[in-house]
Amino acid sequence: MRNIKFAATYFIQMSKKSWILAESEVRKLLHDPTELVTRAIQPILWLGIFGEALSKVRAIPTGDYSYMQFITPGILTQSVVFIAIFYGLNIIWERDMGLLQKLLVTPTPRLSLVLGKMGSAGIRGLAQAVIVFLFALVLGVPLILTPQSIFWVVIIVLLGAGFFTGLSMIIASIVKTRERFMGIGQVITLPLFFASSAIYPITIMPLWLQYVAYLNPLSYMVDALRSLLVSGSLANLSMDLAILAGVTIAVSVTSAYMYPKVVV
Amino acid sequence: MQDDNLISVHALKKQFSDVTAVDGISFNVKHGNVFAFLGPNGAGKSTTIKMLITLLAPTSGSATIDGLDIVRDSAEVRRRIGYVPQLISVDGTLTAYENLVLMARLYDIPAHACDARAKEILSFLELEDHRESLVRTFSGGMIRRLEIGQAMVHRPKALFLDEPTSGLDPVARQHVWENILELRKTYGTTIFFSTHQMEEADGMSDEVAIMNMGKVAIIGSPDEIKAKTGIPDANLEDAFIFFTGANLKEGGNFRDTRRSRQVEHRLG
Repeated sequence: MRNIKFAATYFIQMSKKSWILAESEVRKLLHDPTELVTRAIQPILWLGIFGEALSKVRAIPTGDYSYMQFITPGILTQSVVFIAIFYGLNIIWERDMGLLQKLLVTPTPRLSLVLGKMGSAGIRGLAQAVIVFLFALVLGVPLILTPQSIFWVVIIVLLGAGFFTGLSMIIASIVKTRERFMGIGQVITLPLFFASSAIYPITIMPLWLQYVAYLNPLSYMVDALRSLLVSGSLANLSMDLAILAGVTIAVSVTSAYMYPKVVV
Repeated sequence: MQDDNLISVHALKKQFSDVTAVDGISFNVKHGNVFAFLGPNGAGKSTTIKMLITLLAPTSGSATIDGLDIVRDSAEVRRRIGYVPQLISVDGTLTAYENLVLMARLYDIPAHACDARAKEILSFLELEDHRESLVRTFSGGMIRRLEIGQAMVHRPKALFLDEPTSGLDPVARQHVWENILELRKTYGTTIFFSTHQMEEADGMSDEVAIMNMGKVAIIGSPDEIKAKTGIPDANLEDAFIFFTGANLKEGGNFRDTRRSRQVEHRLG
């Protein structure tokens, strides 16, 4: 009974503090929203130039759907992941500034500091989703945008942003300096992107790369978004969700344990 | 006597692989005192502070703050202390008011009371006119004062300040100290600060501890410490050199130097 009470108190504290921290991140974004505009450029270039060019040559087999339909969920995933994967840099910067030390001395559960950052990345990811959807509509790409599909897209984007933010914080707590993090960030981001079904189907990859792609959580994010926005066949959605939720919980706990060490 | 002490440190030790950063130190800090912590770079000051504020677990020994163990009761200790790092710890992309409210909420001050608390602190620090300004537009002295405000938002019993006036000009430095001493007067807060400014430690503190190579070399009031050197008309800098054998202008590794210069640069 005592344990249940303790767990309930911890859960309430953890949720409340995560919300407070994520909300303060939104305030920062509202004070200076230029970041949203600059971040919009990359997905627009991928869709407008890369996507349009590859649509013309019809080099990639995408089944019953156009290449633009195929690539739109992939580009959304890529832009969310690219935001999240550099959050580790943010905690190294906060450590260098002294902000992190001050937060760690407050009675805030470690997990809240992780979930606050994940929420912040999620909100930026959702802003990217709005931009990608609007641009896809401008280009005339047919997408399934119903209240139900949008609801699940929000969940998938939050989970995906959460997973890659947590992963990034774990890396930051190991490498500890901005310079090393930048190096590693560059090394892992593109392989994650290319070893997934974001811009081409897994079936056209060499066999060894297919195995890598199946181990890559990014593939499950793309698969879920593609089912929701393009095919409408939701047979794999629960598996995609379960995998994304599982890996996100795992990195959250690991990150909450590891990243306070970045201050030492 | 134990009741007089807010902070009690007993045989506290921190070992990093083969380096002993803090080597079994013991001392007490009385309620409401201003306590200065001196020592050359690498003497173990920061490591000691990090242990006392629960950021770092000791290898052995113990310490209590307000009767609470820093390891066993770390969550409760955090509610009783405030911390101002040497580095800049306010968020430049939020306003002064938002920075204070954020801290108040993280310290579990009820939502309806956060606004009043933030306003009270802005008034205390004479920063009301800058309430809605983004902190990145603040001067160095204003930033430091706001940081102190953030650390006292929950009215802690002890305030830990790591080199609070480094990088500030003399006018800003004086203003920061006026605020710190006013804090003690108004709320009875115990002040624990590390510094390299000898005249600051001499003029502001009730007690001084000088650390050297992980140990407390000497502890006492500034006058007692100066008298113990046996040097006629000694100042605290003489005492510092006497007890540590160090010259203030030397010491510090690449990382320390880079950090302190970054802070000075940011504070302008």
